[in-house]
Amino acid sequence: MVRTKLAAALFAATALLGLPAAAQEKPKELVVGIATFLSGPASVFGVPGKAAADLFFEEINAKGGILGVPVKPVYVDEGAGTNQLISEYRRVVQDQGAQIMLGAISSGSCNALAPVAEDLKVVNVMWDCGTQTIFEEGKWKYSVRTQGHAGAEMMATLLYLMKVKPDFKTVAVVNQDYAWGRESWALLQAGLKALKPDVKIVAELFPKFGAPDFSTEITRLSALRPDVVISTSWGGDLDTFVQQAAARGLLKQSTFVLPLAESSMERLGAVMPEGVIVGSRGDHYFLHPKYKNTAEMQAFVKAYKAKTGAYPIYPTFHMNQAVTGLVKAYEKAAAAAGGKWPSKEQVIAAFEGLEFKSLTGTITIRSDHQGLEDQMLGTTRRVPEYPFAVYDKIALYPGKLVTTPLGEKSLDWFAKVKPELVKDKSIETFDYVK
Amino acid sequence: MILLAALDGLAYGSLIFLVAVGLSLIFGVLGVLNVAHGSFYAIGAYVAASAVLAAAGMGLPTWLAFPLFLVSAVLVGVVVGGTVEALLLRRIYGKEEVLQLLVTFAVFMILEDAQKVVFGTQPLFANAPMNWLGTVEVFGIFYTSYQLILIPLVALVVLLGLRWFLRRTRFGRAIVAVTQDREAAMAMGIDATRIYLFTFIIGASLAALGGALSSATTSLTPGIGSGMIVLSFAVAATAGLGRIEGAAVAALMIGLGRSAAVYFAPEFDVLIPYLIMVAVLLIKPEGLFTTVQTRKV
Repeated sequence: MVRTKLAAALFAATALLGLPAAAQEKPKELVVGIATFLSGPASVFGVPGKAAADLFFEEINAKGGILGVPVKPVYVDEGAGTNQLISEYRRVVQDQGAQIMLGAISSGSCNALAPVAEDLKVVNVMWDCGTQTIFEEGKWKYSVRTQGHAGAEMMATLLYLMKVKPDFKTVAVVNQDYAWGRESWALLQAGLKALKPDVKIVAELFPKFGAPDFSTEITRLSALRPDVVISTSWGGDLDTFVQQAAARGLLKQSTFVLPLAESSMERLGAVMPEGVIVGSRGDHYFLHPKYKNTAEMQAFVKAYKAKTGAYPIYPTFHMNQAVTGLVKAYEKAAAAAGGKWPSKEQVIAAFEGLEFKSLTGTITIRSDHQGLEDQMLGTTRRVPEYPFAVYDKIALYPGKLVTTPLGEKSLDWFAKVKPELVKDKSIETFDYVK
Repeated sequence: MILLAALDGLAYGSLIFLVAVGLSLIFGVLGVLNVAHGSFYAIGAYVAASAVLAAAGMGLPTWLAFPLFLVSAVLVGVVVGGTVEALLLRRIYGKEEVLQLLVTFAVFMILEDAQKVVFGTQPLFANAPMNWLGTVEVFGIFYTSYQLILIPLVALVVLLGLRWFLRRTRFGRAIVAVTQDREAAMAMGIDATRIYLFTFIIGASLAALGGALSSATTSLTPGIGSGMIVLSFAVAATAGLGRIEGAAVAALMIGLGRSAAVYFAPEFDVLIPYLIMVAVLLIKPEGLFTTVQTRKV
């Protein structure tokens, strides 16, 4: 009787103090909700992300699951709009018992879901969204990002441009007219001013998201003849822009910088010429110079190609990072809990300081829950081995070098970036090797 | 610079016209504001791109793409458009506009999902026809002949062809008669049901033709139909619903306006079509080319 009272008092005290809940009984299955675009233009990323998640969870379940608990993925469509997404997210957690949510692709979705995850007290792994403001302007206990952010991606892009074409004098931008297009340009512009104050921005064009025609933009750029044309566009918009620009000779006239082009290169095939600066929102590439021959990479590329008929693109690697990070966080949390099944609070706590291998490098999660991820850029080259352009003159930027330091805001950091960073010794370079 | 902007506006306006004129025609004759019109554009584009890619895969010559565009457009108009009219729209003629909008919106949503199931979600494009026609140089700037010459030419042929068809042919006159007074036309022996079906097929085929032509220049992704339907509504409303020549002028105005914005005020690029529409409707609420009609009763 006394023992029972003591236990009850201890439990009440723990609950009152808000201490992390103790380890729990192993569930029969671990429901993981995954928010991804299954409809709309961004399904060009969401559907490959889902295909990759299916593969990874099949592989995990074939080995007995996470800590011996099989995983059941449940998908939620981001394309249905933010309100519907939030409702579905809540339903998956509250009705289907999801303990983990992977959400999402759109930065708008991530911004909307972070407070919902806090409310539901569910571990929320931001698996693909890029806006740097999430952890710079907010503090989220239950959310973590297992990849870099837009700041790291744009900083690496700037450093690569400065390295391979240091003498440019004029720049034009053609970005999609929505948050990503505007935010990424704000970062690039701030960095350009710091690294190359004399550069002249001759055109800032923001065509409608999903625009079917870029003729006017291309004509204007043809007349202006800027040294560099930057576009952070993606998906169908990028494909349309590149094919219309290529048909009119613009890609040969200016140096194009396309930080998300890796995801379009296979589709664009012969349209993409040599000499275009390309990136992949991280260090992802199925022909990664350091990892293309590892057993894991070869097995993944083979399995993904067999499932979808295409080579894997960056969202599939981001999904790999989210799933691998989740498994490693569970293992770390279980080890800390003496081998018992960890609580959600223990899992999210385990993410802090976590370091794990991905298919293309090592990811480190900072104390602000932001991931450090290497960034890779290259210049396109045509080779006989593939019917599409591949990366050449590759530069690999360590995540720590290009990610905004802890406690700082990206726009402020970009404004004071020093040219010495362009030649930092930690940057690795590679040429294309067959 | 103004000339360059005008050339781009011409090409863009021509493509919008092809889609908007179908929408306008359907409204003019059937009295239905068809939200599913954007789906005909998207399906036309997907079918044409698939046909062109399949033909290329079989080693057939690139010029075959152009007749394939026409075949795809007619096929989509007859099969998809015909089915929608015969199975659904026929039941809601004369009903409240809200019901018509809801039904055609539902059709749009169903067809959007059908596109994903049939054509997938990855961007699809077949740019061989555009490249095959080469480029032309104007003041040192290269334009694709496809966009600068072919698309405006097709739009012109469609405009003149529709005018001729509606004014000079027996069937066209029957359409006009049904539009003006369905009951009187039926009393004269005109089969209004057949006229409605045929008109809907023409409208849907025109949207599909716009889609087919855009498949050579545009990467096709889920959702392309929604962007086009909004723009088509803007053109049709500016012109006055049911006005064919008006749709041509409004499409040209919007095309030129958008091009001018990219040169002189890029921030207004997205807004321009709607600013033009609002400005026109403020001055002439019935649209540029609609005359105010007195009530019959």
